Amino acid sequence: MPAPILEVKSLKKRFGDSIAVDDISFDIQPGEILGLLGPNGAGKTTTIQMLLGLVTPTAGSIHMFGLDLATHREQILQQVNFSSTYISMPYSLTLEENLWVVAKLYGMTDIARRIDEVLKKVEMEDSRTKVTRRLSSGQMTRLALAKAILTEPKILFLDEPTASLDPDIAHKIRALLKEVRKSSGLSVLYTSHNMKEMEEMSDRIIFLQKGKIVAQGTAQEITQRFGQRDLEEVFLKLARES
Amino acid sequence: MKLHRINALVQRHLFLYRRSLPRLMEIFYWPFLDLVVWGFITVYLMKFQGQLPGVVTFFLGALILWDVLFRAQQGITISFLEEIWARNLMNLFASPLKPSEFLAATMVLSIFKVAAVSVVMATCALVFYDYNVFMIGLSLVPFVLNLVITGWVIGVLTTSIIMRYGQEAEVLAWGMVFLFQPISCVFYPIEVLPKWLQAIAWGNPAAHIFEGMRMVLNTSVFPTEHLVWAVGLNLLYFALMVGWFHHTFNVCKERGLLVRVGE
Repeated sequence: MPAPILEVKSLKKRFGDSIAVDDISFDIQPGEILGLLGPNGAGKTTTIQMLLGLVTPTAGSIHMFGLDLATHREQILQQVNFSSTYISMPYSLTLEENLWVVAKLYGMTDIARRIDEVLKKVEMEDSRTKVTRRLSSGQMTRLALAKAILTEPKILFLDEPTASLDPDIAHKIRALLKEVRKSSGLSVLYTSHNMKEMEEMSDRIIFLQKGKIVAQGTAQEITQRFGQRDLEEVFLKLARES
Repeated sequence: MKLHRINALVQRHLFLYRRSLPRLMEIFYWPFLDLVVWGFITVYLMKFQGQLPGVVTFFLGALILWDVLFRAQQGITISFLEEIWARNLMNLFASPLKPSEFLAATMVLSIFKVAAVSVVMATCALVFYDYNVFMIGLSLVPFVLNLVITGWVIGVLTTSIIMRYGQEAEVLAWGMVFLFQPISCVFYPIEVLPKWLQAIAWGNPAAHIFEGMRMVLNTSVFPTEHLVWAVGLNLLYFALMVGWFHHTFNVCKERGLLVRVGE
């Protein structure tokens, strides 16, 4: 088995008296899509924020590409990107300008060609000179995804990437992610409240509840372990038990 | 520090200014309005030129130099606020961008802002009031550079407070600098302050700069001592504020405030 591309050990985050993430350990293999599942407040977003170096863990360690995030932030983040429904991109800039700024931040060269490529992939090549404020919420989500894959990351953190998309676009985005993964060996950590999507996308799933890992394995293994028909039933069972 | 990341951030803000009338107004309209109001006050005071020699030089010169400090501070703080308003802080700090590179970019933007505002004000003062700010001579160069650094010090302090306390502290972006105005002695000599406040004012680099400017205009003697104090104090405060910014940044990451600063 190859060395994991991401390795999290005994990760913990405490905010005052409350524990957001409680001693979790997991890893992601190269090219793997790991689903992070759990009800609101389970600690999914905090986990992603710690992996992005935006929140400092209370305890535990995060290693990516064999490097410690606490001491090699710059080298690690150079090879990582993310997309989240909870953030946006500067509204007054055009799509092209926003992507140019991101490409420069990551020190990319041949920027124009790469912007063309990603805009084509997210089917937004006709909107490149459009000011971001004029985009619909679905287009905004696609722009966030374009930004995430623009820098050719080795790991992608996606926090509910299809939350505001219609089924057609959401399907296209999933197809795009599968294609990028196939062509570049991209590893993905994926959160979603759409259980069907989780089953379709994830090689493995971690179920978080109150900051702890309560189940992990393939979708099939998890549903069998809890004696349910699908992930949605497992989700409801665990959420209502808590 | 990587120049390409600083360049990326600078360009991001230049893209913004290029198509934003309100932001351009901040550079051209308000400084112009300031100058018009103070210009008329000065024209009125010129009637008392006998009792108040050099009043025009003092007031308009002081106003232009105060605006240098103000815009230098705004260049830093408003650039940070723009990222909050655009909900873009996560995009920036989840990239390889370092906090020091972020600060460096805001300082470059601040220089652009100061340069633009200074050109506008100096031109208007010359055209409307026949006042040439360069009559102060070469002494103007170290004065302006020091005022820019003082502006940065106040800007970094304000930005750190906004980062720590969130949008509730946003009003400080416009108000903080005026907390320092009474002890900067922009329009009056330091002797008019009460003794206890004079002691505080001498700890403010801006007070040394404005005292120095008055000395040049009154005596044509270069105020070396004031300049040395201003440079020393600026370097000390600048180092402290940059350290404070990094400390606050780490506290915000520790408490999860960095990802919530715009909420």
